[in-house]
Amino acid sequence: MSEPRSGEHPVLETHGLTIRFGGHVAVNQVSCAFRPDTLTAIVGPNGAGKTTYFNLISGQLRPTGGRVTLYGEDITALPASQRTRRGIGRAFQLTNLFPQLSVLENVRLAVQSHAGMGLNLFSVWSGHVELIERAEHYLHRVKLTERRDTLASALAHGDQRKLELAILLALDPDLFMFDEPTAGMSVDEVPVILELIHEIKSQGDKTILLVEHKMDVVSSLADRIIVLHQGELVADGEPATVIASPIVQQAYLGLAGHE
Amino acid sequence: MTRRLLSGDYPRSRMLATLLLLILAGLAFAPFAFPGTRSLDVAAKVCVFILLVASYDLLLGYTGIVSFAHTMFFGIGAYGIAIAATRLGPTWGSLVLGSLVALACSALLSLLIGMLSLRVKTIFFAMITLAVASFFAILASQLSGFTGGEDGLTYKLPQLLLPGTKLLEAPLFGVEINGRIVSYYIVFFTAAALFLALLRVVNSPFGRVLQAIRENDFRAEAIGYRSVIYRSVANCVAALAASAAGILYALWLRYAGPDTTLSFDIMIDILLMVVIGGMGTMYGAVVGATLFVIAQTYLQDLMKLASDAAAGIPLLPDLVHPDRWLLWLGILFILSVYRFPAGIVGKLRGRQ
Repeated sequence: MSEPRSGEHPVLETHGLTIRFGGHVAVNQVSCAFRPDTLTAIVGPNGAGKTTYFNLISGQLRPTGGRVTLYGEDITALPASQRTRRGIGRAFQLTNLFPQLSVLENVRLAVQSHAGMGLNLFSVWSGHVELIERAEHYLHRVKLTERRDTLASALAHGDQRKLELAILLALDPDLFMFDEPTAGMSVDEVPVILELIHEIKSQGDKTILLVEHKMDVVSSLADRIIVLHQGELVADGEPATVIASPIVQQAYLGLAGHE
Repeated sequence: MTRRLLSGDYPRSRMLATLLLLILAGLAFAPFAFPGTRSLDVAAKVCVFILLVASYDLLLGYTGIVSFAHTMFFGIGAYGIAIAATRLGPTWGSLVLGSLVALACSALLSLLIGMLSLRVKTIFFAMITLAVASFFAILASQLSGFTGGEDGLTYKLPQLLLPGTKLLEAPLFGVEINGRIVSYYIVFFTAAALFLALLRVVNSPFGRVLQAIRENDFRAEAIGYRSVIYRSVANCVAALAASAAGILYALWLRYAGPDTTLSFDIMIDILLMVVIGGMGTMYGAVVGATLFVIAQTYLQDLMKLASDAAAGIPLLPDLVHPDRWLLWLGILFILSVYRFPAGIVGKLRGRQ
């Protein structure tokens, strides 16, 4: 979508980002910068505001205060669709597909969006073979090629998660946002997903945000960990340091130790 | 060739393909196969309603928009021609001008309604369109100096389209080729071309986005489609097609009034035709409109025959008396919706 940028300048920044729901402050004054070629894991106990923070970045929610900037440009007022077109790609925690459309069509729609062809009214969709081929390529990458003509609603949970990722890949974003990509997956399916995230990471120019509960996943992938607790950013740094810090031991591992 | 015409969207059922070909042949040769004023009226009405119902299917079946303002756009088209022909005289120029003004009004109004209110939830949008359509119907009946009020407008058309104009000296296949035949074929070919255009729109990259928005508008936004814009464009395309149907209907009837275009009864008929034919299929509009219009017209005749035949048997003649035709039409609809929830097209395709 855009030319490679230098690792110096942050791709995405949040400045004092805050959202209140009535009296409850779900995300409180979170300022953070995300640089390319870095995978940042966002951890914290349930209800810490991780998914809300994601929603503020990708545009599903509007903040009560603070700003979001992408390449230095203020995108706080932009709707989700515009942010996607500028290079923010998001996979959702709860599977969120087009249930009555085929697996291939789910991905093809994302490819078509990336190609900017949505408002083409007078050509036949099946004539755009290149879009279909690209969609097939992404299905191949998540190993769903054999299910291409199945309805998305008929897929098993693990396959739906893979389709979710294929849609994200098809958007070809600069900034990848994964919200618990392995949640609810069986043990033998998890490596496919992790390998995929690893592949994206090794491309070198992508910025990746990952919300994840499994500490082994986090420590094997992350270059940096930030910790949210009760909506506030309480720790930020190298994985080893952050995991060892008392505040994480207490706030995260202590409370969510059963996970 | 067929692939291009149908935009790669085939009937996908042998039965359905046969049915569609029968309807197409019936309409294409209607003046010769079913001579007579009344049957030609029915054929023209079928053509107009196929277009009208197909354009509504674009909204309801493909995009998941419930609008009650579709008859308003139908009416704008009809009144556009009617007012132009009344005020400016029965020339081709005034018909073209009336059509263009009507289409421009529909485009503007539909975009305005769309942009202002397609952000809200389905049910609220339905209420807004209901309010706007009622307002428009009242406006049309109150501005009687301009629209003819409740009586509507009757007007003359250019010479070529009048029944008295003979084009051929001798009758062709026993049918006199007059201005009505010309009018019929204008209606038939325009409706057919616009139906194919709508079929193209629903099979375009844009049409696929509409289905995605119907399925999950939250996710459609998240992958980069601004749903309010797509819904507004769909609303505008549907409004333009409905207005074109109105123009054709006014051209055929040489009359435009609240009862033929704006009434809420027609809105309900359109809804029934979409549902009976099969939502989100386009071909459902063809089957639904044809069956509905024919049933509406001929059920009474059929019942009169049955009533006469059953004379002497107690109760039965009363039950099938022609005055009870609405009751039987209603029962037919309930049965068909109950038996074919996916519509006739859905049922036929499901058998494969």
